[in-house]
Amino acid sequence: MPDFEPILLRRINAGASPALDAYRADGGYRALTKALTEMTPAQVVDVVKNSGLRGRGGAGFPCGVKWTFLPPNHPGPIYLCVNADESEPCTFNNRILMDKDPHQVLEGILLACYATKASVAYIYIRYEYGTAYRSMQKAIDEAYGANLLGKNILGKEFSLDVYLHRGAGAYICGEETGLIESLEGKRGWPRIKPPFPAVEGAFRKPTVVNNIETLACVTHVVNRGADWFKTIGIPPDPKNPRDAGSYGSKLYCISGHVNKPCCVELPLGISVRELVDKHGGGVWKNRKAKGCIPGGISMGLMTEAEFDTPLDFNGPGKVGCLGLGTAAVTIFDDTTSIVDVLYNICRFFAHESCGQCTPCREGTGWMMKMLDRIRQGHGRMEDLDILDEVAKSIGIMPGTTICGLADGAGWPVKNAIAKFRPELEGYIRGGQKTSMSLAVVH
Amino acid sequence: MPALSDEIRAKILAYIPRYPSKQAVTLPALHFVHDAMRCVSYEAIREIAEMLDLSPAQVHDTMTFYQFFREKNAPLGKTRLWVCRSLACSLRGGEDLLETFCQKLHVQPGGTTADGKITLEFAECLGACEGAPAVMVNDEHRHCVSDVDAVIREAQG
Ligand SMILES: Cc1cc2nc3c(=O)[nH]c(=O)nc-3n(C[C@H](O)[C@H](O)[C@H](O)COP(=O)(O)O)c2cc1C
Ligand code: SF4
Ligand code: FES
Repeated sequence: MPDFEPILLRRINAGASPALDAYRADGGYRALTKALTEMTPAQVVDVVKNSGLRGRGGAGFPCGVKWTFLPPNHPGPIYLCVNADESEPCTFNNRILMDKDPHQVLEGILLACYATKASVAYIYIRYEYGTAYRSMQKAIDEAYGANLLGKNILGKEFSLDVYLHRGAGAYICGEETGLIESLEGKRGWPRIKPPFPAVEGAFRKPTVVNNIETLACVTHVVNRGADWFKTIGIPPDPKNPRDAGSYGSKLYCISGHVNKPCCVELPLGISVRELVDKHGGGVWKNRKAKGCIPGGISMGLMTEAEFDTPLDFNGPGKVGCLGLGTAAVTIFDDTTSIVDVLYNICRFFAHESCGQCTPCREGTGWMMKMLDRIRQGHGRMEDLDILDEVAKSIGIMPGTTICGLADGAGWPVKNAIAKFRPELEGYIRGGQKTSMSLAVVH
Repeated sequence: MPALSDEIRAKILAYIPRYPSKQAVTLPALHFVHDAMRCVSYEAIREIAEMLDLSPAQVHDTMTFYQFFREKNAPLGKTRLWVCRSLACSLRGGEDLLETFCQKLHVQPGGTTADGKITLEFAECLGACEGAPAVMVNDEHRHCVSDVDAVIREAQG
């Protein structure tokens, strides 16, 4: 394969300025001009649909298809909720896009709103992204000043307002209906679906929710066309009629025990091994890897032996993980205890469960407590089966919870027990205790 | 005397046209108040509710869902220092870092130093994992923190 030229990170890698003038000088807002002058909204939906672009926020739903779920000929208003909550542990690519190239994001938002006839876009941004918030606000102000936002954009019949809305430190507000509830000024409790947001979302109106990276891709799809997008990544598996393919590039985040933690843009389908060895500078301290989380902690765990798995929308599932998720890979080396990794993950979910559904609220807390007991040297062998049972009984998949947080909480536990059972058993049998500082707080 | 200054009121009012419902201004209003006053008192909740045509219980319900906001009995110090304890940071010493901050500042997570300058908190992934262990000083990241004293000096302002 010839060397891949980054698309989303092109300007960022070159150290280009985030300012509007510089973005325009680099060809920015050409896609918007093209859409507004040469294309109908339906044509924009079509090109995105034909490109096979799938959502980058974790679920991988085909973006253009989602847009077609909006009720036809709706009198409006229609809203776009831009998901900039990015709270999945080990994920930071949305932050880089907003910090360093805000107009690229904004152009994607404009195109999505033109295509879906949305008249207002709310960017729900996690509070912790203060720098990104200010960078986006500056870009929005510049865009209003240049008639790229507001009334009759570029003299056309298209008008749009974009507002930033800051979160307040709750992971669950990244779930699309939790986000909508939070935006409406309520607790971020996910809604029971259906109705899906496309039919009844923010303020009870049809709403599209898209991730920042997805929207950034839209800009380039409109610019360069669906066929071009399909030259990057992996086509659908002919043996799997339901596979929608893994087209385009992806921002992979690499962190944990590697020499060079970073965010790198590569065609979908890169393997964990290549990410670690070629882009992450190898495992630190000349050690070997024990395993990784392949796509944020919700996607489960991979062993080192599974590192050749391609990170596309299908790969992680083939080794028992939940999916591609956010494609955020965190490596842990062979001196790390799987108990410490798992405890850390379980503590996160126990802390972030919104508490609406009993199996999730109680189950996540229970798993955390059992792991804490194990890591303090008081584990019992039967704890492993109880953990497995709890993990398997919480989530949308078993049908006991409203949202996918619980599936994500269960997956790493299930994977750990299936893939690292001998280590867990040895730990319990040996009465081993964690060598990490026992956290000041649970 | 009202709890909310004219300045805060003006900011809240300016946000109302952004949304089709006044309730949607709840989070922005809480942020304005919290930023300026370091907590949200019952009086402030009542006044926000009045401005947004809500019951104070609705505002309180929303506010307490987000552990981010502080009530009057435990206001935030001048600077909020958050130390990440999630996976990528923990693997590179995040939890030890949190413990060091606790020892140096003589507070537990959630606590505020006696001089009222720094509130120390643990955080779940701050989205700065390439810079693990990461912390935040108010709403700005600090990457690869090793010099604890330097961060404390900065936070003391
Ligand atoms: C618990 C939970 C947390 C989520 N957090 C995020 C998030 O922080 N950012 C995000 O874009 N999507 C997140 N999602 C996925 C969203 O619900 C939604 O699928 C996504 O924003 C849609 O955008 P996309 O189609 O462009 O990917 C989360 C889902 C769940 C179940
Ligand atoms: S599954 Fe968990 S996080 Fe999701 S709605 Fe239920 S309790 Fe809340
Ligand atoms: S795990 Fe600490 S910033 Fe992500």
